[in-house]
Amino acid sequence: MNQTVISAQNLSLTFQTNDGPVHALKDINLDIDKGDFVSFIGPSGCGKTTFLRVMADLETPTSGTVTVNGMSPAEARMKRAYGYVFQAAGLYPWRTIGGNIRLPLEIMGYSREEQAKRVANVLELVELEGFDKKFPWQLSGGMQQRASIARALAFDADILLMDEPFGALDEIVRDHLNEQLLKLWARTEKTIGFVTHSIPEAVFLSTKIVVMSPRPGRIADVIDSTLPRDRTLDIRETQEFADIAHRVREGLRAGHAYD
Amino acid sequence: MTRLASFWHKAGPVLCILLVLIAVWYGAAVALNAAWAKDKAARAGTELTFSELVSDTMSQEKPLLPAPHQVAQEIYKTTVLKKITSKRSLIWHGWITLSATLLGFVFGTALGVLLAVGIVHSRAMDMSVMPWVITSQTIPILAVAPMVIVVLNAVGVSGLLPKAIISMYLSFFPVVVGMVKGLRAPDHMQLDQMRTWNASNNTTFWKLRLPSSMPYFFASLKIAIAASLVGAIVGELPTGAVAGLGARLLAGSYYGQTIQIWSALICAAVLAAALVALIGVIERATLKRMGMQQ
Repeated sequence: MNQTVISAQNLSLTFQTNDGPVHALKDINLDIDKGDFVSFIGPSGCGKTTFLRVMADLETPTSGTVTVNGMSPAEARMKRAYGYVFQAAGLYPWRTIGGNIRLPLEIMGYSREEQAKRVANVLELVELEGFDKKFPWQLSGGMQQRASIARALAFDADILLMDEPFGALDEIVRDHLNEQLLKLWARTEKTIGFVTHSIPEAVFLSTKIVVMSPRPGRIADVIDSTLPRDRTLDIRETQEFADIAHRVREGLRAGHAYD
Repeated sequence: MTRLASFWHKAGPVLCILLVLIAVWYGAAVALNAAWAKDKAARAGTELTFSELVSDTMSQEKPLLPAPHQVAQEIYKTTVLKKITSKRSLIWHGWITLSATLLGFVFGTALGVLLAVGIVHSRAMDMSVMPWVITSQTIPILAVAPMVIVVLNAVGVSGLLPKAIISMYLSFFPVVVGMVKGLRAPDHMQLDQMRTWNASNNTTFWKLRLPSSMPYFFASLKIAIAASLVGAIVGELPTGAVAGLGARLLAGSYYGQTIQIWSALICAAVLAAALVALIGVIERATLKRMGMQQ
């Protein structure tokens, strides 16, 4: 089971800006195993989103290497190895929910029957059955984000990269979606990379927590969670949960994240 | 009842302003035409009472400013009472102008969209074409129009086409500007998303850029069709007042037929308003169907 899906070696990325170079990532080394749920946590400017974008071939590293499924990120992107969920749902207002989920399938050339089958399938997965004919403005923010997750799941990518997908939602909705996401992860056995700036969210969801610190963006700590894979929201009341959260906080402090 | 109420809610303010305009118009007609009425009376050796003066200012044959009812009578006479095929029918002249307007509008829209697509997809075109597009609109159309008519006439093209080309010259501009903005409306996130699906530029254009541009497109079309009508009328001026609303304007000014000028003017304004309103209806229907307007 310990098959490495994503691997970063001595990865650095420097943005050239008008104010001089910005070291977004510096000497990052990390292996992500198949089936892992990996959270990237840190303050803004620590490079967690940039790291995720490098994996997705949306940014090009300055030095070092990244492999995704043993390929370069560019090859992996062309083979549609991952689904990417952005901060905003980004649904097209002129397409229905079903039409939005169908969009990547149309682009990838799936047959009409296959499209319909997959749309129905992922709508059920995110508990949005019966909403395929609705337009995005008819749905709440949480439902829209679920639809956008469904869209990322619709094609056969076994990696799901999520960039603060619940960042704009209120805590009650977020708790519910976190629980749903865990169920979905268990059912689909995908490898998930998840960027967040919420400590409880990271601890609750992850099998591995990557704590990052800013200026330059680097990894302060990697925590392998001891929590069981099968968990409910109640687990947040346990001592084990508190211990892991404490270690995340320590990691953030060590990286001067609170400065 | 509610439908009637909502009609008055919308039409009320417009009608109110219309009444004010007509009142101002009557006032101005009396003031401007009084000099000529007094002049006539002085030559005839008579003195005018106030009511005689007012009634004279509203019934002159070639008034400085015709009264609204004179223009209305003239329009009624030249639309309802004349056969459509008659050269004195405003409907006939209106159709001549309208056909050039519509053809020019179609040309202008097509040219505008094509240029916008090129500008959005090619940096070279963005740098080279856009400045010329803007420059083209700084040249007064009144200077360009006669040249277009004369040059095209010299190569044997006359009638509808030269006027349509002048319309196109005016109407492509708002379409280019609006469509460049519209095709660039998708944000970074939406474009990145397309990239994660490994979508081609072509796919991104049809599935994302083009639908995103629709609200901008319709806003541009409204300006373009009004500009197109102006172009068609201007195009009719140098042809020697043969036909069209522009020809009526020119012929009216040759012979001092102010009532004829004003009736052609009002017709052109009504036509423009109707065309813009028509685009508005199509816009609402399309955007509603696309779920971009509730």
